Amino acid sequence: MTATLQQVAESRAAVAVPRLRRRRRRLSWWQPLVVFVLFVAAWYGVANYYDRVRHLAFLVPYPHLVLRAMFHDTLPNGTPTTFDAQLWQALGRTTVVTLTGLGVAIVIGVVWAMLMAQAKGLENALYPYAVMLQCVPILALVPLIGALFGYEFLSRVIVTVMIALFPMVSNTLFGLQASDKAQRELFQLQGAGRLTRLAKLQIPGALPSIFVGLRTSAGLAVIGAIVGDQFFQRGQPGLGVLIQVTASRLQGPELYATIIIASLLGVVVFLLFGLIGRLAVGRWYDFN
Amino acid sequence: MSTTAPAPAQTGTTLLDFSDVAMTFPDGTVALHEVDLTVDRGEFVSVVGPSGCGKSTLLRIASGLETASAGTASVRTRRIGYVFQDATLLPWRSVADNVELLAELNKQPKQLRKEKAKQAIELVGLTGFERHLPKQLSGGMRMRTSLARSLTLDPELFLFDEPFGALDEITRERLNDELLRLFVEQRFAGLFITHSVSEAVYLSTKVVVMSGRPGTVVRRFDVPFPMPRDPDIRFTPEFAELVGEVSHALREGHK
Repeated sequence: MTATLQQVAESRAAVAVPRLRRRRRRLSWWQPLVVFVLFVAAWYGVANYYDRVRHLAFLVPYPHLVLRAMFHDTLPNGTPTTFDAQLWQALGRTTVVTLTGLGVAIVIGVVWAMLMAQAKGLENALYPYAVMLQCVPILALVPLIGALFGYEFLSRVIVTVMIALFPMVSNTLFGLQASDKAQRELFQLQGAGRLTRLAKLQIPGALPSIFVGLRTSAGLAVIGAIVGDQFFQRGQPGLGVLIQVTASRLQGPELYATIIIASLLGVVVFLLFGLIGRLAVGRWYDFN
Repeated sequence: MSTTAPAPAQTGTTLLDFSDVAMTFPDGTVALHEVDLTVDRGEFVSVVGPSGCGKSTLLRIASGLETASAGTASVRTRRIGYVFQDATLLPWRSVADNVELLAELNKQPKQLRKEKAKQAIELVGLTGFERHLPKQLSGGMRMRTSLARSLTLDPELFLFDEPFGALDEITRERLNDELLRLFVEQRFAGLFITHSVSEAVYLSTKVVVMSGRPGTVVRRFDVPFPMPRDPDIRFTPEFAELVGEVSHALREGHK
């Protein structure tokens, strides 16, 4: 009997194994590329209009001028600029603020959600404040934060945390509560305590939603870091300061270069945390 | 109403003993009313009844998930296996790790629980699938994994809450055969909840018919077919006759 079962199992295994590796949807590269080329062409057209017709070239500079602002430290006429160095330094500083703020938001968010998952009473007590955090116009608080905590690194991080925190709290809480009743009862029947249940059932089960929240928070953290920077002009300049300065000096190419780098930072952070999520739970959970 | 409970063959072998058990939920719903039920070692008792008659509540009381509001419900073993309607596997754990879960929660040493998991996986015919994840398995295989997980507890009393209800007919019949084989080999006492009368008759040594809400036992049938059972007894006139009687009692009780 066992021999036959064994054979059955083996024949089934032989059938099932090729399906083990799920076929990944191949990322198409040329279709987005076509759109990109069209976009750049349109940009040249508009830039040409502003240059020749309106004589306001700094409002929409030519793409190649923007690229040059990013990578060259001298103008074609030999005038040295230190802009590209400033830009990369600003990027570095804003990245540090983003990641610090995001890190703090992750820790606070996960701990907050775990507390709420422990008892309905705690959830009732604490959840309204998470929602409030989401509703408060944080921009309105920024001047106050500056006055209280100074206009440098600390305040920038605080703004970032406040903007990035809510998705971490709500997604983690949702994930922790998503384990189904029968699974909880399975643990209960073995006399598993609260901590065991949290560690072996709720936290692993919550990881997909935690990573969804993380991805959203990462994008928001970039926004928070730049907004904070724009408001707190003191301290070492980040991308926000650079945007303010170049805009006020009508330095079109430099302004555009800064905006593009800021956007790319957002995209990279989003992709990076999506990738981390996929590596962590993609084995058993289908991330979109 | 036939309430003459058959006397256990030997004293001390009754693993589950319910007498006059009633269950009233806080919202006032009366789920169970004066239920008498015993399950002895070596018995496989199926409970059939209309939806909402409190069949599952019986299991929840037996396992300790709920406490009866009246009557005495005694279970004379701590080794209880509980198989849920769904396989309730943890999707991030492989088959082997899922099967090990209960022993792990009971803080058994790693070596021992690996050994037990291996045996249980072999018993349900899943050898070769140890490293698969639940999402890579069919519904039937998930249920086998769930069975294997309970088997690691060496249960003396096995509680089944409509475990095969969601499976297709062919898979269900195959799992019925495997469950019978496990029952013959392992000699646990079984309490099996189902909607299917023929499944109940095929698997069991006794079939208990419950009425609609509030649920109570209306008839008991002894199933005379010897174990191990030939799958073909399902097509004999005797089998069909018993299924007919049980179905009739079920309809009567529903009125």
